[in-house]
Amino acid sequence: MSFPWANEYKPSNPLTQWVDEKLPLPRLVYNAIGAGYPVPRNLNYAWNFGVLAGFCLLLQIVTGVVLAMHYAPNALVAFDSTEHIMRDVNWGWMLRYAHANGASAFFAVIYIHIFRGFYYGSYKAPREMVWLLGVVIFLLMMATGFMGYVLPWGQMSFWGAKVITGLFGAIPLVGEPIQQWLLGGFAPDNAALNRFFSLHFLLPFVIAGVVILHIWALHIPGSSNPTGIEVKSESDTVPFHPYYTAKDGFGLGVFLVLYCALLFFAPNLLGHPDNYIPANPMSTPAHIVPEWYFWPFYAILRAFTSDFFFIPAKLMGVLAMFGAILVWFFLPWLDRSPVRSAKYRPMYKWFFAVLVADMLVLFYLGGAAAEEPYVMLSQIAALYYFAHFLIILPIVSAIERPDPLPFSITEAVLGKDHDSLLAPSAVPASKSDAAH
Amino acid sequence: MSQDAGIDTPANLDGGDGVRRRDFINIAAVSAAGVGGLAVLVPLIAQMAPSADVLAESSVEIDVSKIEPGQAIKGVFRKQPVFIRNLTPKEISEAEKVDVSSLRDPQTLAERTKEGHENWLITMGVCTHLGCVPLGAGEGEVKGEFGGYFCPCHGSSYDTAARIRKGPAPTNLEVPEYAFTTDTVVKIG
Repeated sequence: MSFPWANEYKPSNPLTQWVDEKLPLPRLVYNAIGAGYPVPRNLNYAWNFGVLAGFCLLLQIVTGVVLAMHYAPNALVAFDSTEHIMRDVNWGWMLRYAHANGASAFFAVIYIHIFRGFYYGSYKAPREMVWLLGVVIFLLMMATGFMGYVLPWGQMSFWGAKVITGLFGAIPLVGEPIQQWLLGGFAPDNAALNRFFSLHFLLPFVIAGVVILHIWALHIPGSSNPTGIEVKSESDTVPFHPYYTAKDGFGLGVFLVLYCALLFFAPNLLGHPDNYIPANPMSTPAHIVPEWYFWPFYAILRAFTSDFFFIPAKLMGVLAMFGAILVWFFLPWLDRSPVRSAKYRPMYKWFFAVLVADMLVLFYLGGAAAEEPYVMLSQIAALYYFAHFLIILPIVSAIERPDPLPFSITEAVLGKDHDSLLAPSAVPASKSDAAH
Repeated sequence: MSQDAGIDTPANLDGGDGVRRRDFINIAAVSAAGVGGLAVLVPLIAQMAPSADVLAESSVEIDVSKIEPGQAIKGVFRKQPVFIRNLTPKEISEAEKVDVSSLRDPQTLAERTKEGHENWLITMGVCTHLGCVPLGAGEGEVKGEFGGYFCPCHGSSYDTAARIRKGPAPTNLEVPEYAFTTDTVVKIG
């Protein structure tokens, strides 16, 4: 669907007309990300991160496919083949660093994209499906990122695989058989490495498929905007191309400057030195932590140190960690406020800020050692995290009195909306007074 | 049915409560295809389970004659570390002093060792929390506040009978199946 005033695709020469008749792919692209897609005129830079995430996915697929040409997924040689890429393969060092830091960039972009959604209420009707598919993409990204980190078969790779598959061992009764089934053995070894490589290659294409569904679901109601009010008339929108292709292009440029700074000046900043030690099943590194993008959830996992009623601490931690993401699936129904944008929600605005602070604290704690005071702080931060979604959001949306919304996007931007017949500003003040 | 090849008898076309031949064929065909499709899942899922060569490495013999009291070694069993520890009399008495009912996973030292070899504590070197190798078996490693093993990953502390005393691990370090084939050789698995 699109708005009635959307530009129509008109192929100008016989070749494009011929293609349009046989397979209207250019028409699809024109209507999806071209001049045929009308977008609210007031999008700010927070709306750049969807396109940036798409760019990161492309970057990871291109660098990943190339790396797979040189990597060998066998426990005997995996570490050496990674070093072979770093030392011997032409430009191998750059491709591997681009891929490893590309994962970090992808997650950084996605976290901003998700929190954009939290702030502007992007998950609310009619865009629930966009949100749900987004959470699916995030889960797939986490699985892909985890399995990719195992492939170099260094110490962190091995012990990361052991700890994460150990999570499934927490499930009562069937936990241990499931863990052995996932690993194809009693501990991570060749069987696990091989299947992780296979799935690490497959999942990005699954992600690409869900991304298409995500964009499809988005284009049915159209993009939201910082005011959170729906498009009313043509003056509220501009065509995606050239307006937002240009804005996204600028954002992409800024992103690439930061990404290249990381890639070329500090490629190991976000990695762990221990992963340059070959995997050793007999010795655990002193301080094992996952990659930074898993830290908030790792902090929640570790927050459970004693049994909770009759549920063992280990199972409780695992449930909480998965629950921390699964709760996002229920977000559209936990936040009952009809107002989308936090800009007009005086109470939610502050709780959003506290959630951001809480998330940053969890980020820090997930990377800290498993000792006091970090454990106790993780418990408090994890408790607040769940309270935000399960208690604060439903209550705030019930008792909050939102600020008045502008009549339209145009009015929000220009201060008036003369073209709309129904707009209060279109009716002369004296006339509307006389009507009373 | 929206499509009809026109081969039914007029009586059946009238509908009513009679089951048509076509309905039976439809249900039978879809059921057979469904069962066949599900059967295909069996090999696709089972291929991920541990393969025969992995399962074959199921026992190992270890010579323990060189381990002095107070020392421990790390063996390898099913590609995982196994701790073999020669307990000192002090460690044994410490383990026996503990009130068993106060433990998260109540077991006495005697239940965790073999009769006649009470000084040999043989456990998997795999933390029951998330599978890290605890410290304490190697020379000079931290043994944690209960003098047994300490897992650096999430801070689980085990006592001198390798029982969980503090931290997130749910159970004691697992005692694998083993037997002393001679006084100095132990067969694990």
